[in-house]
Amino acid sequence: MLSRVAESVYWMSRQVERAENIARFLEVTLNLILDQPENLVDPWSPLVQVTADEEWFEEKYGKPDSRNVVQFLAFDDEYPNSMVSCLRAARENARGVRETLSSEAFEQLNEFYHFVGDASPAAAMDPTSQFFDAVRKQTLLWSGVFASTMAQDSGWHFANLGRMLERADKTSRILDVKYFNLLPNLADVGTAVDDLQWSALLLAISGIEAYRRDHHQIEIEKVVDFFLFNRSFPRSIHHCIASANWSLGEIEEASSSDMARTAGPILDELQHRLAHTQVEEALAGGMHQFVDSVQTEINRIGEALGQDYFQISVNT
Amino acid sequence: MQNQPQQTQSQLAQAQAGQSQNGQMQSQSGPVPCLDGYETGSFFDEVVDQDACARPDAVALVDLINRLPSGELNRRQLAIERSLYQMGITFTVYSDSAGTEKIMPFDIVPRIIAPDVWTHIDSGLKQRIRALNRFLSDIYNERKIIEDGIIPASIVDSCPAYLPQCRGLRPPHDVWCHITGTDLVRDNDGNVFVLEDNLRCPSGVSYVLQNRSVMKRNFPQAFTASMVRPVSDYPARLYQMLRRMAPAHITNPNVVVLTPGVYNSAYYEHSYLAHQMGVELVEGRDLLVKDDRVYMRTTDGLQSVDVIYRRVDDTFLDPKVFNPKSVLGVPGLMSAYRAGNVALANAPGTGVADDKVVYAYVPEMIRYYLGEEPILSNVPTYLCDREEDRAYVLDHLDELVVKAAGESGGYGILIGPHATPEERQEFAEKIIENPRNYIAQPTLQLSRVPTMVGDHLEGRHVDLRPYILCDGPDDVWVLPGGLTRVALKKGCLVVNSSQGGGSKDTWVVAQAGEAIARV
Repeated sequence: MLSRVAESVYWMSRQVERAENIARFLEVTLNLILDQPENLVDPWSPLVQVTADEEWFEEKYGKPDSRNVVQFLAFDDEYPNSMVSCLRAARENARGVRETLSSEAFEQLNEFYHFVGDASPAAAMDPTSQFFDAVRKQTLLWSGVFASTMAQDSGWHFANLGRMLERADKTSRILDVKYFNLLPNLADVGTAVDDLQWSALLLAISGIEAYRRDHHQIEIEKVVDFFLFNRSFPRSIHHCIASANWSLGEIEEASSSDMARTAGPILDELQHRLAHTQVEEALAGGMHQFVDSVQTEINRIGEALGQDYFQISVNT
Repeated sequence: MQNQPQQTQSQLAQAQAGQSQNGQMQSQSGPVPCLDGYETGSFFDEVVDQDACARPDAVALVDLINRLPSGELNRRQLAIERSLYQMGITFTVYSDSAGTEKIMPFDIVPRIIAPDVWTHIDSGLKQRIRALNRFLSDIYNERKIIEDGIIPASIVDSCPAYLPQCRGLRPPHDVWCHITGTDLVRDNDGNVFVLEDNLRCPSGVSYVLQNRSVMKRNFPQAFTASMVRPVSDYPARLYQMLRRMAPAHITNPNVVVLTPGVYNSAYYEHSYLAHQMGVELVEGRDLLVKDDRVYMRTTDGLQSVDVIYRRVDDTFLDPKVFNPKSVLGVPGLMSAYRAGNVALANAPGTGVADDKVVYAYVPEMIRYYLGEEPILSNVPTYLCDREEDRAYVLDHLDELVVKAAGESGGYGILIGPHATPEERQEFAEKIIENPRNYIAQPTLQLSRVPTMVGDHLEGRHVDLRPYILCDGPDDVWVLPGGLTRVALKKGCLVVNSSQGGGSKDTWVVAQAGEAIARV
């Protein structure tokens, strides 16, 4: 397929996933403050920290609170990684490759974009977070439409690659930020509040039910293990990386060219590492360091994909 | 004019509605449905007669409209607009820096064309395209028509769209204008006139196909009862034509659509056509030329390209030959084209026939190349380049429409009767300064079609752009239908979408033996 199209499909899919994850961040936080004794933990600052755009935020909004963080993450037109900006970018990418998408897939994304673009921040602040729930449903619709109307060809695999890499990255960020946020309150370990916090974390990746089936009780190590290494849950980092690697394999298999590629080996290695690391090891070496190194690898994979597939030079 | 459409139509009306010669209703066949409260005024209406009663081919439609509960027509109209927006069937508004997208306003009441009127249009367009194609071939090669004194060399050579870089070109099968959208209008008597030819990158066919699909969903009964000819095979025919253009030795040609990109106002259409044909939609940056061959950059390296349906204007096609600043095109494309390694539709240089001065000579071209009388008339045209015409135009600015020769999209137009004295003065100066660039035509009272205005129907002026595919010098096909553009503002005569016009579905009614579209 055209390099430009492959790149656009890849980014379209990453951007929708990014928007979805923002909705998850916000929804779970809005839920959290409902159940939480007042002012126990500031839930909003970590959401800004996770973006790595804290300075930008402070300059425009000052101190994080529920109102301005929702505005910033969901609706800020000027912030390129807000939910609405991601969806706009995804839709622009989709428009540029519309002929390679099923009509249903394009129309669903178009509707999704309008749904968020036409929403008012006030509606989103509703503590029952119906709005974010609706956003998650839109993305489920989108992935369902995508799965059942698109041929599972190279274009599909580029989309899956983008989605899985983005999801792995975001899952790691949810874990990272919450871990830092929650861990300092060591006195709370094993208390109801602690349970609540970690449950909320699992809820953010829709994993609470799957977790409880396996472990019943909330334990930090097991939660971390679930996030990082679960082999069957679709939002665990290991599962995402394995799925990305599968798609890359399919793309390479379908390729008629014997060009040298670099993304495959990096992805292989990361998958191998996730399959063979124990959670104790990850925690002992510093969870943040572990997560950070995963994020670095994901970035390297993204760059390698660019060289391998998206910027085909004249001499190839 | 041959085949006076209105006469034939009224005869048909009498036959089908059971009217006697003097127009009295015969009791046994029931009354012809009329649009309640609708006024045709002094205009020719395409759907109803002067008493607002359905024309024969519109009986099913008017009947349905009458039977709809109050407010239902408006409700369906809004539902259609909403679905077009959701489907992302939009165009970009250039004047808006934010790149706002709009749907082309759509009107729910279709325009209906009687079979005999269509036969007349169809044969007239085929004749016209055959002549225009011969003309293009001639002026870039032998230039016999100039030698024989039919059209002055100065007219051709001074046309900005005449590209000296294309001299001596011989496109495959000697076809230049593969895809044409010719604008037609009907006057107060229902006579059909050619308003202009669009041979560069005529757009709008995607709206024809989409309008049809929403109308089928919203008016299935009236649609079925009206025996409408299908339009859905356009993409397949387009693809077949493009395939046949490929260099002779290529057995399985790679066809692509070349677009300027998502910010082009017609991007939706480029994407739609590529999608419908199942071919790649490429931008200039996706292509490159090596050793006079065109390739596209794919995830598997370079892949050859054999046929390009280009929706990029001539002068942006190749910065090495035309506009050196163009980033929309492909350096070296023209050289690959000359070498016969890639086919382009339309051939570069066809825009010369869009020039409004050249247009005035088309009837002469038909006589010269084909030895036939033109079936479709031009609108009478004054060429300001001719001294006598110019004097007349300057004296009658208040009753003429003046147009800049190279403009399109409703720009560069003066509608004399609606203009202020200052505007007329401004145009007078422009004409005197550059007479070659201006033509003038009498203001036609364009025909009208009932159109939703708020919650009721009013007559609005329309034109018609049928789409024509030319597969060989004598192999021309006209899509039975076309884009009916409607001026939504009361009394307005300019129908272009860039001027706030909308569109309607166009129902060409089948004759015996012709295929009928199914819902």
